Amino acid sequence: MNFSAVFFYLFSAVMLGSAFMVIASRNPVHSVLFLILTFVNAAGLFVLAGAEFLALILIVVYVGAVAVLFLFVVMMLDVDFAELRQGFLQYLPAGVIVGLIFLVELLLVVGAWVAGPGIANAVKAPIPPVAQVTNTQAIGRVLYTTYVHYFELAGIVLLVAMIGAIVLTLQHRKNVQRQNISAQNARSKKTALEIRKVRPGQGI
Amino acid sequence: MDALLQDYLPVVIFIGVALFIGLALLISPFLLAFSKPDPEKLSAYECGFNAFDDARMKFDVRFYLVAILFIIFDLEVAFLFPWAITFGELGALGFWSMMVFLAVLTIGFIYEWRKGALDWD
Repeated sequence: MNFSAVFFYLFSAVMLGSAFMVIASRNPVHSVLFLILTFVNAAGLFVLAGAEFLALILIVVYVGAVAVLFLFVVMMLDVDFAELRQGFLQYLPAGVIVGLIFLVELLLVVGAWVAGPGIANAVKAPIPPVAQVTNTQAIGRVLYTTYVHYFELAGIVLLVAMIGAIVLTLQHRKNVQRQNISAQNARSKKTALEIRKVRPGQGI
Repeated sequence: MDALLQDYLPVVIFIGVALFIGLALLISPFLLAFSKPDPEKLSAYECGFNAFDDARMKFDVRFYLVAILFIIFDLEVAFLFPWAITFGELGALGFWSMMVFLAVLTIGFIYEWRKGALDWD
């Protein structure tokens, strides 16, 4: 049995198990940690598929940043851990419906791919073989020219996220003494010092 | 394809060694260490005092803002990598599309700077 198959089943099994634990564990902090495990295993699957760049971006962005944000949110919500211990499966029907819809969509996509023989030729930018072109190059060749609209749209989405986060969370406290560096540097001996004669027994 | 995966063999070995050492350090105390639990051993003693309230207190929301701004610029840099590696083949359109992308995010950067989102009071 070849090695990549062994690792494929290892990553998939751990990923499915930890994905289940994300929704099954009662403690939200544990859920986030299982989510991180899921991300890492998905990165392993990406590597097995030859997509090194996506795998490392998944680790850098999702594990390094998004999971930390999730932890922040969990810590900020001030959840009552005792209250969470009851009835965690009450959302199961809704989850099953969403999962079924997603499964049907996946089957439709894969079915259309398998059924239509001409579809593979209609792809706008076919994936070049890994041996000749690395994954990062293959992305770079199409992302900035062929798919330039989506790329600029991604930039605008990031801008909206940035402005939205600032508008929603930024509140300045009143009466805060801030350091004004230019005013500090503009002080000279003339403006800062004053010599006065003080007579004994009198104030200034 | 297999050559690509062979490059990752050191990573697999590294993870295996790290897993072995970590698990060995976690499991060996259960097998080897002398254990005689007593509630008094966990209580506060001498000048220690009992906890005033729960350790899980709310974060200031500004930590969240800093983290979100970090993610956005993290993603911006992630987009630069494939662009840099294929820079020679992209031509003028690829160059200017990245410049527009950077300009859009620079607008956001100027906004956050002027708005004072980078100041911590």
